[in-house]
Amino acid sequence: MATPTSSGGSGSGSGSGGSGGGPGRSSDRPARRGPGGPGGGGRKQYFRRRKVCKFCEEKIDVVDYKDVRLVSQFVSDRGKILPRRLTGTCSPHQRLLTVAIKRARNLAFIPFASGR
Amino acid sequence: MRKYELIFIVRPDVPEEELVKLITQMEGVVTGHGGKIEKVERMGKRRLAYRVERQREGFYVLFVIEGGGDTVKEFERRLKVNDAVIKYLSVRVDEELKRAEKAKAWRAEQASRKPRPRPAGGETQQAEASS
Repeated sequence: MATPTSSGGSGSGSGSGGSGGGPGRSSDRPARRGPGGPGGGGRKQYFRRRKVCKFCEEKIDVVDYKDVRLVSQFVSDRGKILPRRLTGTCSPHQRLLTVAIKRARNLAFIPFASGR
Repeated sequence: MRKYELIFIVRPDVPEEELVKLITQMEGVVTGHGGKIEKVERMGKRRLAYRVERQREGFYVLFVIEGGGDTVKEFERRLKVNDAVIKYLSVRVDEELKRAEKAKAWRAEQASRKPRPRPAGGETQQAEASS
């Protein structure tokens, strides 16, 4: 696990991909996916972000605003919608997701703004 | 006919029988306007993410109906009049469902075209080649 701890990791650029190497990456992929799936906390680390959109992967065609557990994964702790570059969501699904989040907010499923 | 999801939140201090009465009344509104009820779901009492009319909790009720716009209009009017209802939302879902159906069909076609597509394996291969 040769993960670069420098701040450059946030760029998730192709440069780190080249230096990463094939075998090392394939071995740490399942470990990364494990925490990334349910908690959704994995994306904040300096790991390279998941390439595949969660909705594509789980074949979710309709982003249901009533599914609080799902929708709240894509909201920051202040209640903001997380950008695609952090979550790895593809653009068609991000579009559906934003609508779902806004509906969920209106129904008091998730807060408009939280924190101090 | 269009498909709608109508969801409303009732005050938590409303007695059970009154809630039942409200739900049956709203069912009557839908059927009375030529709508068809697909599903009535009581999602139960949940915590609200923020206070609504000084309430911290609310009783969620979901209706899935098929009908026209005037059905929904009347439904919303009834909810607005009722003091027990603190919030509601109506969403038209038929087009979303149609789109989802299409996506599913597309995926099925993709799967049948290639006997074993394995999207994860194919994509990593490509990504490594490009980087």
